[in-house]
Amino acid sequence: MTNSDSVKPPLIAIGAASAVVSNDAAGLLRRYIFSSDPKIVGLQYFFLALAAALVGILLSLLMRIHIIWPTAKIFGIGIAPESYLALVTMHATFMVFFVLTLAPQNAFGNYFLPLQIGAQRMAFPGLNMASFWLAFLSFLIMLAAFFVEGGAPISGWTHYAPLSAVPGAGPGQGLGLDLWLVSIAIFCVGSGIAAVNFIVTTVRFRAPGMTWMRLPLPCWAWFVTAFLILSAFSVLLAAAAMLFMDRHFGSSFFEPSGLVIAGQLVRHQGGSPLLWQHLFWFFGHPEVYIAILPGMGITSHLLSTFARRPVFGYRAMVYATIAIGVLGFGIWGHHMFTSGMNPHAAFAFSNLTLAIGVPSAVKTFNWLGTLWGGRLRFTTPMLFSIGFVSLFITGGLTGPILAQPTLDTYLHDTYFVVAHLHLIMGMAAVFAIFAATYFWFPRIFSRTMSEKLGRIHFWFTFLGAYATFVPMHLLGMAGHPRRYAQLTEVNYVHKLLPLQIFISIAAFVTMAAQILFLINLFWSIFRGNRSNPNLWEATTLEWEPLPAGAEVQRGAYEFGGNHNGKDFVPQAGLISRENKDEVGRKT
Amino acid sequence: MAKALLVALWLITVLCLGLFWFHPWWLPALASAQGVAVDRQFKLTFALVGIAFLLAQTALGFLLWKYRANRSETSKRNLTGSTKTELFWTILTSLLFFTFAWTGARSWSQSHAGHTDADAKLPVDIEVTGMQFAWYFRYPGPDRVFGRTRPELQDASAGSVAAVGLDTSDPASRDDFVTTTLVVPANRNVRLTLRAQDVIHSYFVPELRFKQDAVPGMAIPVVFTPNREGNFEIVCAALCGLGHYRMRATMKVVNDAEFQAWLAKHAPPQPGAQP
Repeated sequence: MTNSDSVKPPLIAIGAASAVVSNDAAGLLRRYIFSSDPKIVGLQYFFLALAAALVGILLSLLMRIHIIWPTAKIFGIGIAPESYLALVTMHATFMVFFVLTLAPQNAFGNYFLPLQIGAQRMAFPGLNMASFWLAFLSFLIMLAAFFVEGGAPISGWTHYAPLSAVPGAGPGQGLGLDLWLVSIAIFCVGSGIAAVNFIVTTVRFRAPGMTWMRLPLPCWAWFVTAFLILSAFSVLLAAAAMLFMDRHFGSSFFEPSGLVIAGQLVRHQGGSPLLWQHLFWFFGHPEVYIAILPGMGITSHLLSTFARRPVFGYRAMVYATIAIGVLGFGIWGHHMFTSGMNPHAAFAFSNLTLAIGVPSAVKTFNWLGTLWGGRLRFTTPMLFSIGFVSLFITGGLTGPILAQPTLDTYLHDTYFVVAHLHLIMGMAAVFAIFAATYFWFPRIFSRTMSEKLGRIHFWFTFLGAYATFVPMHLLGMAGHPRRYAQLTEVNYVHKLLPLQIFISIAAFVTMAAQILFLINLFWSIFRGNRSNPNLWEATTLEWEPLPAGAEVQRGAYEFGGNHNGKDFVPQAGLISRENKDEVGRKT
Repeated sequence: MAKALLVALWLITVLCLGLFWFHPWWLPALASAQGVAVDRQFKLTFALVGIAFLLAQTALGFLLWKYRANRSETSKRNLTGSTKTELFWTILTSLLFFTFAWTGARSWSQSHAGHTDADAKLPVDIEVTGMQFAWYFRYPGPDRVFGRTRPELQDASAGSVAAVGLDTSDPASRDDFVTTTLVVPANRNVRLTLRAQDVIHSYFVPELRFKQDAVPGMAIPVVFTPNREGNFEIVCAALCGLGHYRMRATMKVVNDAEFQAWLAKHAPPQPGAQP
C-alpha cells in the first residue's frame, strides 16, 4: 500500500480504482459487494446493523409478549422459560454488538470520517473490506445459533461462568454457546482491524491544515472510540478464547473445584468465576462508551449545525471525550459490587464511576450552551439530536445512583438497571443513529427523506422511549429481578404485572413506529426528492470539499454572522488576504 | 415545533418526578436495621438527582422555545465558549458527585467494610447454599460448628443434609441440619455464609435492602439484623439457568423465644456432641 500524494482520485468517486473498473459482473461485484471503498463499506455496515436491529426488535417483541402473556402461542409455538432466556441473550447480543457497535462507529465512521477530515481514502482499504466481511460472517454464525440443537445460549450476553462454562448447565449452553463464542471472536478481530484503520487514517490522512483542534467532533469521537475498541475487544477476544478452552480443552480458568452441575461432579479445578467477570466487564464497560461516544460527537455536530452557532466549548468537548475514553477503562468493577469481590475495591470503582459523570455532565452543559443564543431549525435530524440530549440526561442521572455500592446492592440485576442501560446506551445511541441517518441520507443518496414522516417517527419514538423505560425504574425499585421468564412464581413480582403490561403496550407502539422509519428510508432511496448539495447549510468537508491543493484554514463550526447573505462559512472556505480580519475567531 | 417540544419536555419532567414522588411502586417496607442507612442514602440521592433532572430538562425545553428560528433574528452570539462557564459547571458537578461519593462511601463502609458492630455480639450463623434451582439453609446445631461437606456426596434428590453433601463421618456434622426455609430471630445479628454448588446465584430479599451473589468456590459472609417479624420472599437475582424465575424460598423472621424452640425441635439429639 503506497501513501503517495500524487495519486488523488476525485473525492466522490467510488473506489480508488473506479475509473478502470468496468461495468461487467465482476466489476460490479468489486464495486458494490467486495468493495474496499469506505463509502460502500460504510453502507454495508449500515444495512448489516439495520438487519441486526430488526432481529433484535423482533426478539424483544417476543419477550414483551411472553412477559405479560406467558402462555401465548406465536405461530403455534409457545415460549418456554429457556427460550425466553435465549431471547434475552440474543436480543442483547444483536443490539450491543451488531447495532450499537457497528452503526455509529463503522457505518457512519467509514463513510464520513475520510470525507470530514479531507482524506482521499482510508489507510488500509483491504483491511477495511475484510473487517466488514468478518462482521458479516460473525452475524451469520450468530444467527445460526438459533437453529442448532438446544437453540441459542441462555446465559445472557454477559455469559457468567460457570453457567457458560459447562454445557450441561442448561439448554443452549452446548453448541449454541460455542457458536456464540466463535461469532464474537470473529467480531472482535473484525472490529479490531477496523479500529486500527480508523486510528491510522485519522493520524496520517488528514487534509493539510486539518489540525486536531479543527477536527469535526464526530471525527474526534470516532478516533477515541477506535482506541476503546482496540483495547476492549482484544480483552474480550482473549476471554472468549479462554472460555472456549475451558469448555473443550480441559483448562479451568473460570471453574473452581467441586462443582456439581445437573447432578454431575465437574472435573475442573482451581479457576475463578470472578475472573470471567473482571475480563468481561473490562471489555463490557468501555463497550458502553464505544456505543455512545460517536453518538455524542454526532449530536454535538448536529446541534451546532441546526442551532446555527458554533459548538459551545469545542475544546472542553474534545477533552471530555478523551476523559470519558480514559476513565472508561477504570470503572468496570461497578458491575461487580454484589459479586463477592473485595468490598474495599468498591470504593475505587465507585469513585471513578462518579468521576466519569463529570465529563459527561460537561458535555450536557455544552449541548445546552450550544442551543443558547442560537437560531434553531427543527429539522428531523435536529429533533432526534434534541431527543438524544433529553434521553441522555434522563438515563445519565440514574448513573450516580447505581454508582453507589450501597444502593447498587439493592438495584443490581433488577429492572432499574435495565431501564438505565436502555435509556443511556440503547435509546440515546439509537437516537444518534436516527439523527445521523436523517442528516447524512441526502449526502449518501442525493435524495432527502420525508420530513413529515420523520417528525411523526420522532414523536412516537421519543414519547415511546420514555413510556417504555421510565416505568421500568419503578419495577426495579420494587425489587423486580431482571431476566425472569415468568412472573407468577414470586408473589411480590406478580403484583407488578400491571406495570409490565403498560410497558409492553408502550413498547409495542414504539416498535410499530419504526415501520415509519423503514418506509421512509427505502422509499426515499428510490423515490425521495432530489436534494440540493449542502441542503442543511452545513460547514464540514463532506458537504463542500476542499478545493484541490488547498489547505484547511478554519475550524469546523463557523456558524453565525453574515457572510454574503449566509450565516455560515464552510470549512473548505479559504481566507483571502484582505478578508483576514473578517474572521474574528481563532481555531 | 418549539412549543410542542417545550410542552413535551416539561410534561415528561413533571410526570417522571410525579412518579418518583408519589411512587405507587417502590421499596417494600424495611425489615432490617442496616437498611435504615440505605433508605436514607436513597432519599438523599433521589432528591439531588431529581433536582438536577428538573433543572436540566426544563432548561432544555426553555432554550428550544426561546431560541426558535422564527423568533430570534440571526444568531448574533458567536460565542465559541467561555472558560469561566466551563469551570463553573465542572466544579458544580464535581461537588455534586463528590457528595454522592462521600455519603455513599460512608454508608458502604458501615455496611460492608468491617463488621465491628455486628461482630461484637455473637451472630446467629447460617450457611446458605444455592443450586439450580433451590436454596438450602444449614444450621450448625448446638456445637456451633459446621461439619465438613464434600461435593461428591451431594445428592439434591435426597434433600436435607445430603443436598449440601454433608460428610456424616465428621463429628461436627452430626448436629447440623438443613432446611428449605430460612428461619431467623428478630433483633439479633444473623450471619449468612453464601455458597453455590453449580453456577452463580444471588441471595436477594428486597426488605433487607441488599443482595449478595453466591459464587461457586467462594464462601461469602453477609451480616444483617432483621427487625420485623414475618415471612419474606428470598429470590435469586443472578441469572442461573432455565428455572431462574422460580428459584425462591421464604425467610421467616420470628422472635428469639420462638427461634430457640424451633432450633431445639430441629437439632438432632446429641449424645456425643461437645458442650
